[in-house]
Amino acid sequence: MAGRVEGKVAFITGAARGQGRSHALRLAEEGADIIAVDLCDDIPNVAYSSATEEDLAETVRQVEALDRRIIARKADVRDRDAMKAVIDEGVAELGKLDIVVANAGICVIAGWDETSVEVWDQTISTNLTGVWNTVQLTAPHLIAAGGGSMILTSSAAGLKGLPFLTAYVAAKHGVVGLMRAFATELAEHSIRVNTLHPTGVNTPMADPRTMEKFGPLLEAHPKLGPMMTNLLPVESTEPRDQSNAVLFLASDEARYVTSMEFTVDAGNTQY
Amino acid sequence: MGRVEGKVAFITGAARGQGRSHALRLAQEGADIIAIDIAESLPGMDRYYEGATEEDLAETVKQVEALDRRIVARKADVRDYDGLKAALDEGVAELGHVDIVSANAGIFVFGDQTHLVSDEEWQLVTDINQTGVWHTAKAVIPHMIEQGTGGSIIITSSTAGLKGTPNVAAYTASKHAVVGIMRTLALELAPHRIRVNTVHPTGVATDMILNEATFKLFMPDAEHPTQEEAAPIFESTNALPVPWVEPIDISNAVLFLASDEARYITGNELKVDAGYTIK
Repeated sequence: MAGRVEGKVAFITGAARGQGRSHALRLAEEGADIIAVDLCDDIPNVAYSSATEEDLAETVRQVEALDRRIIARKADVRDRDAMKAVIDEGVAELGKLDIVVANAGICVIAGWDETSVEVWDQTISTNLTGVWNTVQLTAPHLIAAGGGSMILTSSAAGLKGLPFLTAYVAAKHGVVGLMRAFATELAEHSIRVNTLHPTGVNTPMADPRTMEKFGPLLEAHPKLGPMMTNLLPVESTEPRDQSNAVLFLASDEARYVTSMEFTVDAGNTQY
Repeated sequence: MGRVEGKVAFITGAARGQGRSHALRLAQEGADIIAIDIAESLPGMDRYYEGATEEDLAETVKQVEALDRRIVARKADVRDYDGLKAALDEGVAELGHVDIVSANAGIFVFGDQTHLVSDEEWQLVTDINQTGVWHTAKAVIPHMIEQGTGGSIIITSSTAGLKGTPNVAAYTASKHAVVGIMRTLALELAPHRIRVNTVHPTGVATDMILNEATFKLFMPDAEHPTQEEAAPIFESTNALPVPWVEPIDISNAVLFLASDEARYITGNELKVDAGYTIK
């Protein structure tokens, strides 16, 4: 039986591990070839370990084990020249581009008064400008392919003001604005653009060193704790739950779904 | 293995159109079906479009059975809680459980400015599109809670559930109302792992919109507008270059929400609207 994205090519940022790797594998399972990028370098100020070149190599290994092709390169979503080079190389190699998953992002937890200029700048440049770079640089290839699907990873924090994440909340709300603007302009090319809004996901970003940063802040501001609550009785979701939504939006099953905020948040934003 | 293998889906308005399409798509992926439809034309609706018939419902049964799935189909009106509940209970007794609900039954009436809508028409639309969804939820929720295995309720709203629509007041109000029902149910039912979402189609190529009366809504000055003449006007309302979508496009969204792939999606308004609501 043909896969749900058989014969399509997907570009995925932040693909070394976590949600990005999961998206690569889920799309490959359903027949897509992959162009993958990741920073693969130490990120200052974050509490969790950064992804490595070994992580990206593992994504390559797992995609190839599914008998799909993958072009994987170390690249920073903030570096437009590097991004353009990888995208163009990947499309030249795999023939075209149909699906874009702008997944790369960072998360720094700090109270509003403890958020440094450096953290603000690195969060906005990676989580917002990096998405703009991804969309703007891939769009010509989707136009050339006669249409396609872009999925921009926002967050529950892209729909509500979760506490102690000012830069992250601002960037993830900004991603919704980018999505809406590009959905409007690219619709005439049959390109669909949607955002994905996960609640907590069980990935290296959510390791205990990240989550413990919330502890003293929530103790000092107990009224804000319930904002982190999921309605459904689960603490966090798995990467595959997010990937199943990406797969649906990427596939022709969603050929008329555009400009929508797709929540996979166990009801967090409804609480 | 199908994507909803072994599940049972309760679908209202299943005789034709989107409802039949949902039944078939879910059955293709392994679900058994409990189907109801009013299966008759309603008084006063003849100025819009013909109602579904018992033959239509029988055709849904035939097509589901051709997929080797079981189906319990009954003629029932979503306005009649007792009738709806009896049909559902019979289906659950026969098929063992109910895991998926598609509250799809609805009517589309239009054409009058809001202050000119008759009391009868307002009431008819409200009773079917709004109270009918509540009746559906009310009948099915005790089964789902008692089963203790979670579930997925998908309520069919509309682009008119997110935006105003001139000269379509009763329908627009009812489709907004079901978003309120959805949001409330999502909160109440989350502890039971029952997810509740709405789908918001733009125009779908079914009997409900592919008729002269609907074409005239878009082309008030044409005497007998045809589908070919109406298509560009419909297309101008969508951002993507299509006049309308097909029932299967809505069914694919229903299937996704019904399946365990969407096990953590609740309280969402899933638009299958070709960008209608962004314009």
